[in-house]
Amino acid sequence: MVARMTDAMATSVSALEPTAPTAQTALAIETRSLDAYFGSTHAVRDVSLTFPQNEVTAIIGPSGCGKSTLLRCLNRMHETVPLARVEGTVLFHGRNIYGAGVDPIALRRHVGMVFQRPTPFPTMSIRDNVAAGLRVQLGERLDRRQVDEIVERALRQAALWEEVKDRLKSSATGISGGQQQRLCIARALATAPHVLLLDEPTASLDPLSTQKVEELVYELRSSMTVIIVTHNMQQAARVSDRTVFMLSGEMIETAPTRALFTTPSDARTEAYVTGRFG
Amino acid sequence: MTAVGMRQTAPARARARGLARRRGTSVVMIALTCVAAALAIVPLIAILAYLLKQGAGALSLDFFRNMPKPVGEPGGGMANAIVGTLMLIGIASSVGLPIGIGAGLYLAERGGTKLADLVRFLADVLNGLPSIVMGIFAWEFLVRLVGHFSALAGGAAIGATMIPLVTRTTEEMVRTVPQSLREAALALGYPRWRTSLQIVLRTALGGIVTGVLVAVARVAGETAPLLFTAFGNQFWSTNVSQPIAALPLQVFVYAISPYDEWHAQAWAGALVLIGLVLVISVLARFAVRSRHGRAND
Repeated sequence: MVARMTDAMATSVSALEPTAPTAQTALAIETRSLDAYFGSTHAVRDVSLTFPQNEVTAIIGPSGCGKSTLLRCLNRMHETVPLARVEGTVLFHGRNIYGAGVDPIALRRHVGMVFQRPTPFPTMSIRDNVAAGLRVQLGERLDRRQVDEIVERALRQAALWEEVKDRLKSSATGISGGQQQRLCIARALATAPHVLLLDEPTASLDPLSTQKVEELVYELRSSMTVIIVTHNMQQAARVSDRTVFMLSGEMIETAPTRALFTTPSDARTEAYVTGRFG
Repeated sequence: MTAVGMRQTAPARARARGLARRRGTSVVMIALTCVAAALAIVPLIAILAYLLKQGAGALSLDFFRNMPKPVGEPGGGMANAIVGTLMLIGIASSVGLPIGIGAGLYLAERGGTKLADLVRFLADVLNGLPSIVMGIFAWEFLVRLVGHFSALAGGAAIGATMIPLVTRTTEEMVRTVPQSLREAALALGYPRWRTSLQIVLRTALGGIVTGVLVAVARVAGETAPLLFTAFGNQFWSTNVSQPIAALPLQVFVYAISPYDEWHAQAWAGALVLIGLVLVISVLARFAVRSRHGRAND
């Protein structure tokens, strides 16, 4: 049954899959001279980056440096804001997502996103929240038992199953903020995305919930590519394989996390990671 | 500080005086708002009490079961008018709600355009339009064109009065749905239209229902537009293409009659009209709440 679902997904994925496996298959996402604007504000400036598959990449930098905007360019959410526009190329498995004929809705089904504040759908139960993406992507192709299986798996993956298994039918707004955020992660995981974008996912959480989310991010790398924007350098150091430092819309430096924090090659990176500004 | 025998310094005394004054102001303002709130509900309570006093006497099972009877004959009722009003509300809602909610959703979700500004302005103008004008308009284009009065024309006339009310409340309510919820849905791969219908509209549903109920309550009591359209009917009729009885019309006819017996019936009719609106409100709220509480597939 699950196999059938995976088949269904595979068919819909194929449009965005690379035609020939090349060196690029090791990259989940690559940006080339990416610029993003809000009206006349130049929020992301000429950013060229690679995000290797099955790695966790952290994007750090002071407030307003464009890290969230960069993240939102990767699933074409940036353009949903009035007056926002994007220039340049973003390759998802080697294919330009800003190219002609790419449907942003189809893309977003393979690139999940979790936001700074928990956003459970208030009219839906916990179970229906997790199943929301499945339902919109696969329609009626899944029966109730298949949905239940996937919901349980996603909730277990998000380390939330034990806490909510007895009240799957109750409202999603009745659980704590930390649980709501993990619910949103489960909702994003339920559709088995290739890439998960996390936009400061622990900014509104208490330390214990933060720790749970971080452990989860750390484990996710085995099954998908994770890109996490964070204000918290310790967090970046704890969860990521690679770190990108941004400043005023520009990508200053990218390196394996340990190297970036211990032996940064740019003076501005060093100033930031040692806490001299930002 | 004085309690422990310390002398107050001048700034401390000034602070204490300032605090006393702020407390005094606070008490006065709270009292004023309480009085205003009480005054606001006085008319409602007065109307309900007077209606009950005047109308309860003429209310009986017969009133709901029987047809109007000639003066002097006991046991007359308004069965036809009660059913007629319910039918008119039904017709009006099927005209007014889809258009009103659709327009409101458009204004809230795509509100920045010139067309949206125009629609919003026209809705406000329409809202201020005297209902008798709506009646004359419906008479000109629905009654005269077809050649006779009908329930459909009446329902359409009061349905049109519902549209601006429903449009504006829907817009307000949809605007209160946080942007982050729309983004969450879009990021999950929801197309725009499904985001609007399944996430945004459903989240705003509770507030929209409140607005719809206000609109229903208002049009349920409309009399002027019905004079030219539904016309009223002394007999039993559920044919939508024929004139139909309605509670406000029946109340009007009985109230201007010279007979005490009919006056009592008019009071009872008014009471039933208010009761009807109340029942519809409670049912609608109950329906929404049970939908929200239940996890549906």
